[in-house]
Amino acid sequence: MNDNEKRLVDLVADMDEDLALALAQEMLDNGDDPLRILELCREAMDIVGKRFENGEYFLPELILAGEMLDQIGGLAKPLIKHSSDKPVVALPRVLIGTVHGDLHDIGKNIVTFMLDINGFEVKDIGIDVPVAVFLEEIKAFKPQVVCLSGFLTLAFDSMKETIQAIEAAGLREGLKIQIGGGQIDETIRAFTGADGYGLNAVDAVNFSRISTGG
Amino acid sequence: MTENSGAARYAEKMKRVMDAVELRQPDRVPVAFQATFWLARYGGISYRELMYNYDKACEIARRALIEFDPDLFYPVHATTLGPLSEAIGFKQIEWPGHGVGDNQPFQYIDREYMTADEYDDFIFDPTGFYLEKYLPRIASAFEGINELPKFAGLYYHQLVANMRHFANPGLVRSLAALQKTAEEALKFAQSRIEFHAEITALGFPLTHGTITNAPFDYLGDYFRGAKGILTDMRRRPDKLLEAMEKARVLLMRHALSAAKATGNNFVFIPIHWAPDSFMSDDQFKTFWWPQFRKMLIEMIENGLIPVCLWEAVCTKRLETIADIPPGKAVYWFERTDLVRAKEVLGNIVCLRGNVSPSLMTTGTPEEVDASCRHLIETVGKDGGFILDGAFGIPDETPLENVRAMYQSVRKYNA
Repeated sequence: MNDNEKRLVDLVADMDEDLALALAQEMLDNGDDPLRILELCREAMDIVGKRFENGEYFLPELILAGEMLDQIGGLAKPLIKHSSDKPVVALPRVLIGTVHGDLHDIGKNIVTFMLDINGFEVKDIGIDVPVAVFLEEIKAFKPQVVCLSGFLTLAFDSMKETIQAIEAAGLREGLKIQIGGGQIDETIRAFTGADGYGLNAVDAVNFSRISTGG
Repeated sequence: MTENSGAARYAEKMKRVMDAVELRQPDRVPVAFQATFWLARYGGISYRELMYNYDKACEIARRALIEFDPDLFYPVHATTLGPLSEAIGFKQIEWPGHGVGDNQPFQYIDREYMTADEYDDFIFDPTGFYLEKYLPRIASAFEGINELPKFAGLYYHQLVANMRHFANPGLVRSLAALQKTAEEALKFAQSRIEFHAEITALGFPLTHGTITNAPFDYLGDYFRGAKGILTDMRRRPDKLLEAMEKARVLLMRHALSAAKATGNNFVFIPIHWAPDSFMSDDQFKTFWWPQFRKMLIEMIENGLIPVCLWEAVCTKRLETIADIPPGKAVYWFERTDLVRAKEVLGNIVCLRGNVSPSLMTTGTPEEVDASCRHLIETVGKDGGFILDGAFGIPDETPLENVRAMYQSVRKYNA
């Protein structure tokens, strides 16, 4: 890693948005490989994720890290002329959505971002997701983990219903299901029949790691 | 309910509640009744009907109060906002009959209602910003209100001549829509005033007369949205702090005048952005607590009783938020362990809560009874405690579990 590369990782990881964007632009102008720039951003995200898990960073930093990743991605991606020489590694897959009846998505979006920067291929299917859509998406995307999100108490029944439908459709085998949201606890995990529950994004990442042998 | 005159019952309940607030041992642990759409289930109607039918809502609430005999009750009109939201064309919530199913609660739509580059407009002239930008964004009846003359800066002949703006078609439409909204708002207010008078006469004190928010939550929830406010903490901290200082003054002005108008000293403050996992301790002590503490002190100095509902888990905040005068407020914790809260705050503030929603909705009456007993005997020890759900009564709670909760305060004592 040369000096500029190291500096870019540090600037992103330390939340120095303006300087990070300027340096990324400068490196791209100087002909640095845009794929390498994206790789450096991933390395910075690793650091951000660890600092979040250690209680050093909180939501403002996670959100800003996501913004920086998007902005640098916006600069680098149009310049990509060739595909990476590296073989594509299949990442463990996680499907996530807010259950039907519930329109909340702040928590879900944060979990999605944390899973993404922790090496999962995450498909976010939005809010107020009907049971049938979960079933279709599980069949098409073939995730190892399904995350059901919900903030309201009405989500308890929606989660239970979704999990029962997944079972009834014969899709539960080999699949780990976790639930999460403001009101979720062990009682609701047992009530819904989920495999695990999480109170925050770190719980979601840990559950997904364990469930996918990570 | 015991045979008792309304006035005597009211005095007895208020004494019980004030004993708890002022950290004395009451005759028994007081219990609050905060139900929203649970009332629809209790009354056998849809959430939508509750949202639209003032009389029905009042009738069900009256029945519930008489059955459960709580020491404080939450204003039922918080869930009868359908006609008024319809009239004003409210865009910040989806409600039963409008955007969500007939048996789903209303839900707030988290969006950016003020962009980052509008901070200066808000700080310079909040009222101007409301009229020009904010109000048309959040309610369709205000679309066109931005065609008003820009009064400030107009004077003498210019002011007179600029009155022509009142003929602008958009403004004419907006004023007509607002007048129609006002007609509905008067019906709403009338129903609320009559109901509160009736219930007060029956002997039940109201949980609060008005609501306010912490400056951070006001700007985060209702203006910048979650993503906006969180990035502002990093990208434009000075603007955020300046806007919060302005907002604090405005929020206080409203809280004081509304409390005075209702004659009820309790001010309800739902708190969204304080949880442990949202921001660091340093961030909490920079962006959240100092501004809010000023509000608490000002309310207390004006004889009001702040009732703060600390959502989610706020265990790491307990030492910080202990910095208020003793016996002057209520801290209602949603998921913070009340036993731990009692250790830190027991000599400072009355605690309220927090039978878990999972237990209320999926547990048995015996389990609810045991949970209430535990809270009464541990958190209620030596006074300073009001029993309640973690966030009132969850909509899906079986009737027997609600009964178990309200019976518990009569069975167990601290």
